[in-house]
Amino acid sequence: MNLKDLLSPFFVWQRAFEKPYTTIRPTLDRPGAPAYRGFHINITETCVGCGSCHEICQNHAIDMVAVEEFQGRRGDSGLRPRFDYGRCCWCGLCVDICTAASLRMSNEYAWISEDPTSFHFTAGVDAKPWQDNELGYRRAEGYHLYPPKRIEMEMLPAAESVKSFDEVVKGYSAEQAKKEADRCVECGICVATCPAHMDVPDYIHSIRDGDYEKGLQLMYRTNPFPATCGRICTRQCETVCPVGILGEPVAIRWLKRFIVDQVDAKDYSRILNDQTGDSGHKIAIIGAGPGGLSAAYYLRKQGHAVTIFESQETAGGMLRYGVPSYRLPDADLDKDINYIVSLGVEVKYNTRVGKDIQFDTLLQEYDAVFLSTGLSVPSNMRIQGEEHPRVLSGLQVLADVASGRDPGIGKKVAVIGGGNVAMDAARVSRRFGADVTILYRRRITDMPADLEEIHESQEEGCVIVEQAIPVEILDIDNVDADNPKQVSIKWGEAEMVNDPTGGRPRPVLQEDRMHVETYDCVISAIGQSSNLDYIPKALQEQLAIEWGKFTPGEYQHTTMQKVFVGGDFANRTADAISAIEDGHHAARGINRFLNPDAYTETDTDTQVN
Amino acid sequence: MKLSTGHSAALDFAPPEPVDMASGKYVRLWQGPQHPGITGNMSLELILDGDTIIDCKTHVGYLHRGFEKLMERRTFIQNFTVVCRIAVPEPTFNEYLYSHAVETLSGIEVPERAIWLRTMNLELMRLASFLMWIGGMSGAFGQYTVPNWTLAYRDFVLDLFEEMTGARIYHMYIVPGGVRAGLPDGFEKRARDIMDGAEKMLDQVERVMFNNTVFKARSKGLGIITPDMIDPYGIVGPNARACGFARDLRKDEPYLAYDQLDFEVITGSDSDAYERAYLRLQETRQCINLIRQCLDKAPTDGPFQADMPNVLHWKIPAGETYVKAECTRGEYGYYMVTDGSELVRRVHVRGPSYTHAIAVMERLAVGCNIADIAGLMVSLHNYPPEIER
Repeated sequence: MNLKDLLSPFFVWQRAFEKPYTTIRPTLDRPGAPAYRGFHINITETCVGCGSCHEICQNHAIDMVAVEEFQGRRGDSGLRPRFDYGRCCWCGLCVDICTAASLRMSNEYAWISEDPTSFHFTAGVDAKPWQDNELGYRRAEGYHLYPPKRIEMEMLPAAESVKSFDEVVKGYSAEQAKKEADRCVECGICVATCPAHMDVPDYIHSIRDGDYEKGLQLMYRTNPFPATCGRICTRQCETVCPVGILGEPVAIRWLKRFIVDQVDAKDYSRILNDQTGDSGHKIAIIGAGPGGLSAAYYLRKQGHAVTIFESQETAGGMLRYGVPSYRLPDADLDKDINYIVSLGVEVKYNTRVGKDIQFDTLLQEYDAVFLSTGLSVPSNMRIQGEEHPRVLSGLQVLADVASGRDPGIGKKVAVIGGGNVAMDAARVSRRFGADVTILYRRRITDMPADLEEIHESQEEGCVIVEQAIPVEILDIDNVDADNPKQVSIKWGEAEMVNDPTGGRPRPVLQEDRMHVETYDCVISAIGQSSNLDYIPKALQEQLAIEWGKFTPGEYQHTTMQKVFVGGDFANRTADAISAIEDGHHAARGINRFLNPDAYTETDTDTQVN
Repeated sequence: MKLSTGHSAALDFAPPEPVDMASGKYVRLWQGPQHPGITGNMSLELILDGDTIIDCKTHVGYLHRGFEKLMERRTFIQNFTVVCRIAVPEPTFNEYLYSHAVETLSGIEVPERAIWLRTMNLELMRLASFLMWIGGMSGAFGQYTVPNWTLAYRDFVLDLFEEMTGARIYHMYIVPGGVRAGLPDGFEKRARDIMDGAEKMLDQVERVMFNNTVFKARSKGLGIITPDMIDPYGIVGPNARACGFARDLRKDEPYLAYDQLDFEVITGSDSDAYERAYLRLQETRQCINLIRQCLDKAPTDGPFQADMPNVLHWKIPAGETYVKAECTRGEYGYYMVTDGSELVRRVHVRGPSYTHAIAVMERLAVGCNIADIAGLMVSLHNYPPEIER
């Protein structure tokens, strides 16, 4: 023992004169740190109800519950997370995984209530005192629990792609597809949005498992055109994919394509194992496009005898004659069609209803008739001089190319329009070596064409002139007046004027800013309408056709008992996937119509495949 | 048996002679289970001859939560919220080792910034843990002023954790792939202020607690760990360093950024309760120094997380690994087996308290005065939660 050790401890008294460590304020007044993981806040307007928070919660403290306010919104499950604070451990993984960044935490951590049920609440819906707290934990920038960027798709460089009709998109490798499939959060919002309600998360799951045969089976449950849709689908699913809110949406279309590309056509019948019996019923289908063939597929699976009447020499409709082969190679379209036909579907090619066989005859001889003849007549620009022989229609150019004919467009081409047909016509023209100018009356951002098609056409050298309204087609002095080689178009610049009623801005022609330019041809691609001449006038009235379009009932039925319709002339979106669903749904409708006794009120659609 | 330390293995492991309790000469006394965390949640069954302990049996099982089993039923990302609870006063080492094991098996490279933030996080944890331990040590010897100082400073360190990680105890900051965020604005200054204050406070602790006749009288010569016990008992950390073994994973097998930090392994000569306590005091100071170095050297920008797969369906290839780190008590390890599925096949958590608190404690308690048993227990620095997992 030494004296120092005896005295040293008395140093403790020095502290008696120092500032105490403790605070005199009650602890409840102490706010949490700015990034404290406190009580949850959900911005319900931003949330899409993907349920990833529910999925990741290891405590099962989050249930997804239906909230009236959000029902029926596009790209929204209508569900919102409900928290159980008897289970939560405030780890914040729900915040980290939130695809919309709508979920965060406040820095409040003390809450006393006599009501135990108040600890079980739907954040942002049930009012809580911390709802407006601006502080608290949120996911840091640069921190991700799933890859926000998609696996880039390899494509032919533009300099190469314009030289041939080879497919531009090269497709994923197995490794790339697996990585891309990994990004899916399996929320299923895509399923609700897809017109055909394809089992997207499940077939993506099959890629992760490497089980492509299962993927194919899943796809055929709702869509007998996977090879086609895997290439040219308008992919509404990707526009709502929650992974795309903060990053890029899962490449659902390319993944679909990947599955189909892995399976050889000769294995289809073994894998899909579709049974076709004989129900004794006969169905006539007019038009062998995606709608007609889809209906044929699902009707054959119900055992009905199906005959398709097709005016062209091959099947596919707009998929074959309207979509150039650099986007959809014939071999892939045939892969889909051949399988459908192989189930015993009879296709009468080069048979035009109304000419080779009368519509009335079909009504008499068949138990039901499905019409799916689409929109085949190019719309007029309604400007003076457009009947000029050097004004071609986009559809005709595409059909000529698809049939192997020279479209005769020349070397300097103007394309009028901003839809996919316009882009396709322009890109096809580039492949024939023409200089292409696209004139569109609104802005590029207003174009109805697929964004990707717009970009690719620009990359391939098509020049897009925005806010250009065609005014007149002018004849010019051609060497051979009967067989002109060139044509002039007069177009005026437009100003975008906001619509006071809230609609999209309208282009207004500026009379003082006119241009005249001469081209080898002008390709008009501003839309198309239906040709229903094959239906007798009296029946047309009975079918309540308006502006060449049908408004079908619940099961694609019309005002005539036996007649069902689907495809571009019977829906708003006028794309392949909607036609495919129309065909599928019409098959359900026809089946119900033919077997009324087999269905009861409680039947769900899924039982009627 | 040839031992790696070269020391004799001539320890007597024979069972003690049975005690004739019926003779009335002896008393059976239970120490614990009480006061959670420090010596609590486990108990010692003591046989006393007068006030001298002649036999000691450790009893655990009061805190078994089955974490290793829980982890077999959770996905790789979900587990990271569970592991911090394994050793309550030192959650971060579990977070780091779990993440490191997962990264090792899935081949993920953690970015530089995350490595530094992890290192700083672990050293802050070590500091908080030692500050709590000093409080426990002095309290066990009847000094109730020092715990108020050190626990207050521990709370200041927890304030730093709260800022950095969003929580005070279960930080859940070190996540497979990196860390969850960078440092908040102004963190460095506040951290340095707290380090300065803590350093000053530790000087006061030394004067009051260590330069103290009573403390010296009671702790010197208490519970001596001799060099020949090190290998047979698997003694690690400060308990081993206090008797001269310069064993420290931060130096021996550097991980994270430790090879870029300037520090020496601190050793003692005679591992009794005082020597161990004094060594820990020095390590606490060293810790402050390491935190300052991390603040100096940690990059302030760049990624803090590796590119991750989608954790919702994260599968890790079949494999096994053992990863380890130097926690306040010595080698802390995670053994992990994966089978290629979305769930871990098996995890085993190796905490140093297992040997220190069970086998070593039983031996050191014999011959000890009943009044010193709590002090002996704390001098081994055990965390019962990590024994039972």
